[in-house]
Amino acid sequence: MTDMVRLLEPMIPALRRYARALLRDRSAADDLVQDGLERALSRWHQRRIDGDARSWVFAILHNLAMNRMRQISRHGPHLTLEDAPEPGLPPLQESGLRHRDLLRALNVLPDEQRSVLLLVAVEDLSYAEVATVLGVPVGTVMSRLARGRERLRQAMEGEATLTEKPHLRRIK
Amino acid sequence: MRTYPITEDDLHALVDGVLDDARRAEVEAYLAGQPAVATRVDAYRRQRAMLREALEPVAAEPVPPELNLARMIEDRRKPHRASWQVAAAVVVALGLGGGGGWWLHGQLRPAPVGIAALAQQAIESYAVFAPDHKRPVELRAADAATLVDWASARLGRPVTVPDLSSAGYRLMGGRLVPTAQGAAVLFMFDDDHGSRLVLLTRPMARERDTPMAHYVGQAMQAFTWATEGDGYSLVGSLPAGVLHPLADAVRRQMQRT
Repeated sequence: MTDMVRLLEPMIPALRRYARALLRDRSAADDLVQDGLERALSRWHQRRIDGDARSWVFAILHNLAMNRMRQISRHGPHLTLEDAPEPGLPPLQESGLRHRDLLRALNVLPDEQRSVLLLVAVEDLSYAEVATVLGVPVGTVMSRLARGRERLRQAMEGEATLTEKPHLRRIK
Repeated sequence: MRTYPITEDDLHALVDGVLDDARRAEVEAYLAGQPAVATRVDAYRRQRAMLREALEPVAAEPVPPELNLARMIEDRRKPHRASWQVAAAVVVALGLGGGGGWWLHGQLRPAPVGIAALAQQAIESYAVFAPDHKRPVELRAADAATLVDWASARLGRPVTVPDLSSAGYRLMGGRLVPTAQGAAVLFMFDDDHGSRLVLLTRPMARERDTPMAHYVGQAMQAFTWATEGDGYSLVGSLPAGVLHPLADAVRRQMQRT
């Protein structure tokens, strides 16, 4: 029991961050984390002892998130998040606009690329751990990572191109 | 010295800081001669840093009260006790027999809802059908295809029969069971020792997605859960330590993909 709390508790901020980045809605994301933690608590004894607890918990959360997102896409979003002032995301600081653009561009990526990018670049899971979480070979993780990064880069540069003044581009 | 060609994977591993020193030096030497690729790698590095920055505030927020683990663990214990009382009341009611038992049951407890209701229905079904030696099921396993078609038609979704043969349980057959929430499908299994299991499944209007809950009766136990709107309850006269893994196996097999 204490072992369970000791391992699970420090993961909660990261689990919230991952869920929020995927769902982009604070309360929906926290509901998801709660659901994930409930499942982790009830299945704790099924966890492979030699397995890594973090990958295991992320896998639970990831699967719940994918189910949730499928439901949302099936029934249509109940909120139009793009119109609302980003209720799920932290308040905008000075660099906030750029962050917001990035998260929007991230949101346009296919779910499979977005998950990999978040798990690798933000949550610091190893490629092998991400493969475990998603239940795919490491090669698939790498190709999703490459495609996701490239697509996000192009989206961000496209955005920059649109906002930059034309003569600035001609110099280069 | 011969070096392996630089791969796209190397570039990402460089960005993520997971290359060993030797390989990193090789990749950096390569990038020095490939400005276009180097530009792209720099963009990935900035992207990585910015993603972390953009999302860091979420992780820095104080954790909301509903994600307090100690409280969640505490809350999990309470419904367990309540369910035990409900199940015990069912067992008492069935033990008293007939209308008197039902009357008593109705007087004592508010009707359970959600998966607690499903667990109760499964326990009742087990109590009625499992000891029956004449006709425990309506359609036998020999007619499994008909049974599955019938069950699927009545529940309005494809129903599959879990395979518990690795634990020594075979399908005996199944039947339809009436509940306050509409038709439920019962599958019965047995093993070589005559130990019987009942799996009851029906759509859930409430509590459509729940973790597994454990209900303890005097002579039987139920493990009950709901996944994407489908509720399941597995009942048997087995120790929890034996029944629980079977319920997990059923749940794994019933996950829709």
